[in-house]
Amino acid sequence: MALKKEVISIFVDNQSGVLARVVSLFGRRGFNIDSLTVSATNDPDISRITIVFKGDELSLAQIISQTDKLEVVRDIFTLEKEGSLFRELLLLKVKADKDERAAIREIVEIYRGKIIDLSKESMIIEITGAPEKIDGMMNMLDCYEIVEVCRTGITAIERGWQEKENKND
Amino acid sequence: MKFTGSEIVAEILLEHGVDTVFGYPGGSALNLYDALYEYRDQIRHILSAHEQGAAHAADGYARATGKTGVVFATSGPGATNLVTGIATAYMDSIPMVAITANVPNNLVGRDAFQEVYITGVTLPVTKHNFFVNKIEDLPGALNDAFRIASSGRKGPVLVDITKDVTGAQMDYKSTKMPEEPKIPAEINKKEIKNIAELINKSRKPVVYFGGGTGAAKAGDNLKDFLAKGDIPAAHTIMASGVLCADDPHNIGLIGMHGSIASNKAVDSADLLLAIGTRFSDRVALNPKKFAKKAVKIQIDIDKSEINKNVVVDHSMVCDANDFLFTLIPMIEKKKRTDWMNEVIEMKKVTGDVKSSDAEMHPSEIIGSVCDMTDKETIYVTDVGQHQMWAAQYLKHDKTENFITSGGLGTMGFGYGAAIGAQIGCPEKRVIHFTGDGSFHMNLNEACTAVSQNLPIITIIMNNSVLGMVYQWQTSFYGKRFSATAPERKTDFVKLAEGFGLKGFRAKTLDEFREAFSKAMKEDGPVWIECIIGREERVLPMIPSGGTVEDMIIG
Repeated sequence: MALKKEVISIFVDNQSGVLARVVSLFGRRGFNIDSLTVSATNDPDISRITIVFKGDELSLAQIISQTDKLEVVRDIFTLEKEGSLFRELLLLKVKADKDERAAIREIVEIYRGKIIDLSKESMIIEITGAPEKIDGMMNMLDCYEIVEVCRTGITAIERGWQEKENKND
Repeated sequence: MKFTGSEIVAEILLEHGVDTVFGYPGGSALNLYDALYEYRDQIRHILSAHEQGAAHAADGYARATGKTGVVFATSGPGATNLVTGIATAYMDSIPMVAITANVPNNLVGRDAFQEVYITGVTLPVTKHNFFVNKIEDLPGALNDAFRIASSGRKGPVLVDITKDVTGAQMDYKSTKMPEEPKIPAEINKKEIKNIAELINKSRKPVVYFGGGTGAAKAGDNLKDFLAKGDIPAAHTIMASGVLCADDPHNIGLIGMHGSIASNKAVDSADLLLAIGTRFSDRVALNPKKFAKKAVKIQIDIDKSEINKNVVVDHSMVCDANDFLFTLIPMIEKKKRTDWMNEVIEMKKVTGDVKSSDAEMHPSEIIGSVCDMTDKETIYVTDVGQHQMWAAQYLKHDKTENFITSGGLGTMGFGYGAAIGAQIGCPEKRVIHFTGDGSFHMNLNEACTAVSQNLPIITIIMNNSVLGMVYQWQTSFYGKRFSATAPERKTDFVKLAEGFGLKGFRAKTLDEFREAFSKAMKEDGPVWIECIIGREERVLPMIPSGGTVEDMIIG
């Protein structure tokens, strides 16, 4: 079966040890996590975990029903590409001397990133956006010497009002 | 009224109808045990030799009585010693609440004496666990623990309480838990109709049922359903006794050491209805070829079991008994004479099970036990060859009367579990089957059986090898007997005397029968060592990953 990248949103009780429960479950069931973010929600009792997971349809169904069994999980669902917004933040340090600076700056501007630190030898770029956009910019910067990369992983939310209401029933 | 944390623990146990707990005290648990002293008229505490034995006892108690088993242990090694017992209960979905004391909160995380992060350790082997370091969280955690352990797919829950919480005081008002009426869950009528139609159309249906049918008390409805549709049914080890051994539709154990009929029938079936079971690797030895001609339908209370091991065509997530109750009226009453005759023919095939020239074969020992005990007897096993023989040769009539570690396969489970079962069911007789390998693991619990004066009869099938592994080495490793022939010199009769109980040794079936009838008259624990041949094998056998074509019959 074809491997698919899936974004899973999990609403969990905001208490200590919750992340360990979720991650341990993925680990012991042999499911790989591509990226994971945890964030606060508008409800102080609930946190949101966003997991990017690569697998086939069966393993996706399996990990969702396994995770759903955890006492701390209030809700779990996959986010479909069409109806959702995916965002990531990237911080990237690239080696850039005075001859390279202008060209790199041009790329960063096209991708609507920001240069947030500058030294004689390097610069740090900040960019937020959909993962594809970040991949695209990193691809363009490939021919420069990238010193350090830090990506947050995807955080995601469903579009519109009605759908979210349904999910939290 | 003000209560200490420990008194609140005792009050909540009483609220949940707990009158018996198993355990072992220690430094961090001193307050808890002080409360147990105070409540000793209402809560009976059974002291084990080792925390593992206490955990298995709580498990055996739960399996025999249907109630939630409760075990206490202190911090650190006390808590870690529970782990195998908790994992055993987890794999077999047994309701258990483990209460551990931890070091005082100001020492937590400092590697204090006897400190262990037991909620972390038990994370993968509990349904859920709680770390309580604030007294106001204690009642909620304990009540949730009992609810979680006994609802849905049952299982163990651990509550770890810091010592300061067990000694702190709080206002608490004890309230009797209202009995929650069991409301049959809404069953999807369209789906079940579809399943009923598939069954009605099927020429060669087979039911394959597991522990979920026992947990749901679905035996009666299962029997009626099979009779109405004239459908043969195979069971897992966890479902032994859900359907009477002599029920005409019961074709026996399925899987690695299952009956020829069960394995062949599933292989020939055009429809397989799996109820309360998980297609484990000891049943669906080759998940791709298991019931390969059949339309597969899976019913389970746990959604995550659907498609986990074997991909099925149809499924429903619900209680096994609710499912059968709704299904029966939709099933056409008919005779499937051709198919039943085909299955009956399969039942007639047998192999030669004797592989050694020893005086008695395990099947004869078990047969004698069946003859000399009544229907209310509880049989408990350890793990290994004797366990498989007990599964194959005992006449199982009630699922709660056969107690075995099915999923985890815990050697050393038996004696503790037998003690728990005997404590829970004093009116029944408990027979504990074990092997010399398993028994050596936890025979220390003999002291518990003696101090409680429990009339458990332990039958030690002694072949002086670690029989199951020895069998595999014989069949698949060219008789390279690595670490399976320990040359031990244990004298079980003398050892029994040393523990303060009676011991017998039997080399022939007559000697065994004589010893057993003497043992039945005792009101305390007895051991009977039975000398059996080391070449004895558990047959039939389908090797791991194999199919019915690879079956070794004899």
